[in-house]
Amino acid sequence: MLEYTEKIRETARKLLEEGKVDVFIGYKKGSVPMMNQPVLISNADQVDFLYWDSNCGLNLCNYLTGRTDRIGIVANGCNSRNIVTHITENQIKRDQLYIVGIPCKGMIDHRAVQRAVKQKEILEIKEQGDIFTVKGKDFEETFNIKDYLQRNCLVCTHRNPVISDEMIAPPVEEQIEVDAYKDVKEIEEMDPDKKWEFFTRAIDKCIRCYACRNACPLCYCPTCFVDESKPQWVGKSNDSIDTMTFHILRAYHCAGRCTDCGACERVCPVGIPIRQFTKKLNKDAQELFSWEAGLTLDQRPLLDVFRPDDYNDFIR
Amino acid sequence: MTKKIYTKKEWMEVLKGLADTYKIFVPVRDGDFHTFKALDETKIPDFDFKNTQLSPKSLVYPQSERMFEYTLDENAPDANIIKESKKDYSPQAIVGIRPCDAHAFQIVKPNFDNPEYQDPWWIQRYESTTFVGLGCNDPGSTCFCTSVGGGPFSEKGLDVLLYDLGDTFLAKALTDKGETFLEKAQGGKEADEKAINAGEGLAAGAADKIEVRVHTDKLKDKVQTELFDAPFWDDVAFACINCGICTYLCPTCWCFDIQDEMVGKQGDRIRNWDSCMFPLFTLHGSGHNPRSKKVQRVRQRFMHKLKYYVDKHNNGVQCSGCGRCVRNCPANIDIRQICELMNVEC
Amino acid sequence: MKNPYLPYPVRIDKIITETEDRNLRTFRFVFLNSKDEEKFSYTPGQFAELSIAGKGESPIGIASSPTEKGHVTFTVNKVGLVTTRLHNMKEGDVMGIRGPLGNWYPWEEMEGKNVVIIGGGFAFTTLRSSIIYMLHPENRPRFKDISVVYGARNPGMLLYKDELAEWEQRDDIHMHITVDGTDDPDWKYNIGFVPTITEQKITSADNAIAIVCGPPIMIKFTQPVLEKVGFPPERIILSLEMRMKCGIGMCGRCNIGDKFVCKDGPVFSLAQLKNMPPEY
Repeated sequence: MLEYTEKIRETARKLLEEGKVDVFIGYKKGSVPMMNQPVLISNADQVDFLYWDSNCGLNLCNYLTGRTDRIGIVANGCNSRNIVTHITENQIKRDQLYIVGIPCKGMIDHRAVQRAVKQKEILEIKEQGDIFTVKGKDFEETFNIKDYLQRNCLVCTHRNPVISDEMIAPPVEEQIEVDAYKDVKEIEEMDPDKKWEFFTRAIDKCIRCYACRNACPLCYCPTCFVDESKPQWVGKSNDSIDTMTFHILRAYHCAGRCTDCGACERVCPVGIPIRQFTKKLNKDAQELFSWEAGLTLDQRPLLDVFRPDDYNDFIR
Repeated sequence: MTKKIYTKKEWMEVLKGLADTYKIFVPVRDGDFHTFKALDETKIPDFDFKNTQLSPKSLVYPQSERMFEYTLDENAPDANIIKESKKDYSPQAIVGIRPCDAHAFQIVKPNFDNPEYQDPWWIQRYESTTFVGLGCNDPGSTCFCTSVGGGPFSEKGLDVLLYDLGDTFLAKALTDKGETFLEKAQGGKEADEKAINAGEGLAAGAADKIEVRVHTDKLKDKVQTELFDAPFWDDVAFACINCGICTYLCPTCWCFDIQDEMVGKQGDRIRNWDSCMFPLFTLHGSGHNPRSKKVQRVRQRFMHKLKYYVDKHNNGVQCSGCGRCVRNCPANIDIRQICELMNVEC
Repeated sequence: MKNPYLPYPVRIDKIITETEDRNLRTFRFVFLNSKDEEKFSYTPGQFAELSIAGKGESPIGIASSPTEKGHVTFTVNKVGLVTTRLHNMKEGDVMGIRGPLGNWYPWEEMEGKNVVIIGGGFAFTTLRSSIIYMLHPENRPRFKDISVVYGARNPGMLLYKDELAEWEQRDDIHMHITVDGTDDPDWKYNIGFVPTITEQKITSADNAIAIVCGPPIMIKFTQPVLEKVGFPPERIILSLEMRMKCGIGMCGRCNIGDKFVCKDGPVFSLAQLKNMPPEY
């Protein structure tokens, strides 16, 4: 996906020079391998900061909330779906945005790569087509990108943007034959005790840094429920009940909204499989309501519509 | 001071033997990361690691600590009276702590232990801890301890320093606490000159491996208000998602919150780590917030570490160069770059 | 080791509702262990943490003067968790006080000088402490003229009404009480905002120090008035408010630059503040 960089720069230059946007939001190459940085540029002479490879893991939609200017933004499949969600939830206006669509083949799971090189320190990563090479002090190894994708990318069925003003390249082939909910089904099979144990164990390392919440484009509430003090809903110590309350409630707030962009899991500093909290809800949304978040501007979000054909009795 | 040599195999046995005297914490491989854990039969110490993902600060300064307890039961004679909780300050030893992390405790010390006020919990746990450091033969690319007053074999804040000589550990006592530790660490033999020279050679070589140089020399001379108004803060802060990773992983971040928690009529007053990245940190009861914006909070973190601390304590910067924030910031905000911006900008 | 976080147990001795909206109440506390009163030796301008088991702590300026023995008082606005709980407590209830904390008004510097006290709203508490302290027969000779400008939204919102009336009668203190507005035809004092009344009444900065406490908006507009009269920034003294927890400079949240409001403040001169980042 390296060849996208030049095209993104060209597009950004044109947009800024022509005054079509006030600012352009994209990624910049990071100061450490596999960690690109979101960047905002407001001048055409800064476009060389812009960069794209398979390490653009933070969701740029985060940086749109509350902006009032005209913004150019790069968006791959999941990011574009979050932009749709942001628009339908009135966090940004469609006509403020110029969306530069990026057909995406997935992002590299930096932790998986670390594992593959036995936690030796990676000093450099180079991407070429479908492969990448990592170098360290006394090693150099080459891998296929598709074998080291983030887990959400492995099961992604919307690699191409669902909304854009311009595409940086022709669409990539979508993955059709994936079982997106294999892991959820495994958990569904468990009895309640096992499920509780699974999730309890999942969060036992949580340090309540809230990186998952803050990396999530859906978590834009001015005051998160964990930060409310009048009344205080959740304790602030690292008591496991409070921690579990945080994760479960946050997941429920994402029901019918999550695009499985994987940012939460990617940023977690202690490796909690946070997507397991949200994915079951995505599955339910899909199975019960044929709903996938952020596919169209024409429909209200799942949980703010009433339909007479709702399958539940209580709502009729 | 005592210098001893232990074969690595022997060292593992020595640690088990020390369990009668100390609660021993060792680096243990746990999934993708290393973490300090209390040594017991189920744990295998692994000294082949760069550094632990989380800093060992929690062993002296736990993320959540009960400060006091009380009862609201009106029938109790001491209803509503806040009382000290019983604490266990029996000796503990952190074995394999990296020199940057030991240095970090020295950096933090003046906050919790100063002429005006002494924090009883931090001080007592600090004093009951023996810091047995492991020098870094092979520092990481994000390490910059040599720029901030430390080094891969720095002895700052350590009681014992271990040199990994391949098949053996050279253990050097640095303080009385360290002497006691090595006295109890039965076995090993007196280190000969060859081993001592090998250790010194390692230390000199390791320092040279750290190529990154972060400049902090001009920070002290800067005017606080000018640095505060520097033009780069908006750019620096843009990518930040305001999570607590940097502050919680940092061995020198010490900010905390105090909360009362109740179960029935029994309650505890608890202190928890807090983060200047969170808006709630400074929110007034009136609703006013002096640091309501992200850029203000990001600026606070770096100004605190690289300017306010420098001015207040005259003890260098509030950073031990461990590089955790550099490696783990999801938005790649790199303190090394920001320090350079601050050191240059007038 | 003395535990600086451990509150002294106290009993609520008396509760006075100060304002017509009932949101401000004065609490008089008596120490359960009489020796604690000596340990709680304070100077006007300092604050303490009011500590309620199960709720937490709230930093409040000390409203009593060290010259008033046997108890310590605080006037508390009902705002958050702790202060709301406190307002629901009754005389005889037991809680805690932790302090005294912070610095105090520059009493040594004020000796032999004219003292101008300017207060607005419920920030008058440590100013009350200061006035009582200065008017004490042992202390009064240490200070020259004492002038006070004190304002509230309306007469019903003034604190310490009985004492204000008493001070009005004295000739060793010049009182300028004011309200933003009132429909009371019998109101016999000033009407106008604190900065306006300050401009009218405080006409000289000669050998004078001004202490200003009030809401940010009042401070903002009073400051230029004082500077116009000739007060240099070194002789304009302000007391700041911040979110606090530990009160002893450790928990890290109340800093302005490298100063902690809880430990290095809350009292700062305007000259000091001008050299600090404007982040409060």
